[in-house]
Amino acid sequence: MSDPKNSNRKPGDVETTGHSWDGIEEFNNPMPRWWVMVFYVCIIWAAIYSVFYPAWPLINGATPGVLGWSTRGDVKAEMQSWTDQNKAIQAKLVATDLGQIQNDPALAQYATNAGGAVFRTWCAQCHGSGAQGNKGFPNLLDDDWLWGGTLKDIAFTVTHGVRNTDDEAARFSQMPAFGRDGILTAPQIAQVVQYVMSLTNAATDPKAVAAGKTIFADNCAACHGAEGKGDRAMGAPNLTDAIWLYGGDRKTLTETVANARFGVMPTWGKRLSEADIRAVTYYVHSLGGGE
Amino acid sequence: MAFLDKHKVIETNATLLMVLAFLVVTIGGLVEIVPLFYLKNTIEKVEGVRPYSPLELAGRDIYVREGCYVCHSQMIRPMRDEVERYGHYSLAAESMYDHPFQWGSKRTGPDLARVGGRYSDAWHVDHLTNPQSVVPESVMPKYGFLLNRMIEGEYIADTMRTNRFVGVPYTDEMLKTARADFAVQANPDADGVEALQKRYPKAQVRNFDARPGVSEMDALIAYLQVLGTMVDFSTFTPDASR
Repeated sequence: MSDPKNSNRKPGDVETTGHSWDGIEEFNNPMPRWWVMVFYVCIIWAAIYSVFYPAWPLINGATPGVLGWSTRGDVKAEMQSWTDQNKAIQAKLVATDLGQIQNDPALAQYATNAGGAVFRTWCAQCHGSGAQGNKGFPNLLDDDWLWGGTLKDIAFTVTHGVRNTDDEAARFSQMPAFGRDGILTAPQIAQVVQYVMSLTNAATDPKAVAAGKTIFADNCAACHGAEGKGDRAMGAPNLTDAIWLYGGDRKTLTETVANARFGVMPTWGKRLSEADIRAVTYYVHSLGGGE
Repeated sequence: MAFLDKHKVIETNATLLMVLAFLVVTIGGLVEIVPLFYLKNTIEKVEGVRPYSPLELAGRDIYVREGCYVCHSQMIRPMRDEVERYGHYSLAAESMYDHPFQWGSKRTGPDLARVGGRYSDAWHVDHLTNPQSVVPESVMPKYGFLLNRMIEGEYIADTMRTNRFVGVPYTDEMLKTARADFAVQANPDADGVEALQKRYPKAQVRNFDARPGVSEMDALIAYLQVLGTMVDFSTFTPDASR
């Protein structure tokens, strides 16, 4: 405590707080008026806010506030407003035959834009943001299709997916693991790989091709066809077009024949609306490879 | 206002200031925290949420160990842009068996609350091994070493016991079969798949990394594939007053 007699306070100065540390004293200035005003306004604001918005917890729930606002109500209303705005054109998209969408410029425009948005949100992670595909995930820009490239085929694949366990209607086929399951020996695999490579004139060991051809006819032709042109009913790829999902070099082909591949695509029918599926189908079909 | 001028009494008496400050904080705390324990709509009951299976739980530990939460949140907020991109907003009950929860608020990568079923297992293996191989613009580090770290789940029952201690309803039977369930979930050809799915409804049984044995990759993908898939939202009606 300061000794009033030793105070440095000059006449006309404001009062000190009475504290003194080594002779240093502290003026007892009031808080700035603007600060005090803001403080009181905040208190008033809080009181008003708690009347209008959910605030005080009671026995069975919080006071709802006179505006009746809720986070969930808010997001629901916003979703609803966009649903309503798109309702007419989405209903039209669902009602229109897939093949007829292109004849209606406004509808085609909508399907392209909406489908593009759906693609970038749900499909791009595997098929690439430009639909160019990745190793193990098909390129959707070319005209090489595993399960078919018509609008109907694409819509089915998007809706049910491929080889997933969530949708019984999912497209399914399974290549045997010729090496792992002991169906073919290592030399036989090497021969059949040479034959497959010869289909695109890429064989590195021409002597093995003839033997590989017999092995192919016995083991592979049932799905990939006698000429290796594939079978869309079973998602068996065409082996003659030099387009490879996992790679067409000797090492990768050996791995494919020995251990098989089992590419999975999720089912989207349970996540996306019918209109969204139709839109993304139209979008993918329009990228260049659609049939 | 004479009353308001009395604050000098408080400010010059440290003990009184402490007592009154404690009182104010206590009231604030009680009003904000206590209702969460008794209000029914804080954690609305939803069907389908079950404790994690042993393999999923092991995957969850790897998720935490590798710090995935540093870049990925697990909470879809009730806003249109999030709902459009990730799916239905998250419910409190969906993380009721998470200790600790992984909600987070830092998103360098996308939210993962509903990543389950969104990608194939093979995609997850490719992506965790080399994220840029499937998403060129990604800045995610590589986690390929998970493939080579084999795990046998020798401590998984202890982990489950610890979770039970903090309230996850693992039964004695679940603890007893924990290690067997751990191996079964990554091997669809094993005996006991049905028993596992009875204990943990809708548990996905696959060889997640497509390699023999159970690796940390198997566990992590099993965990990722179950995220956000437990509640069937086609049968769920949210309580709107929240």
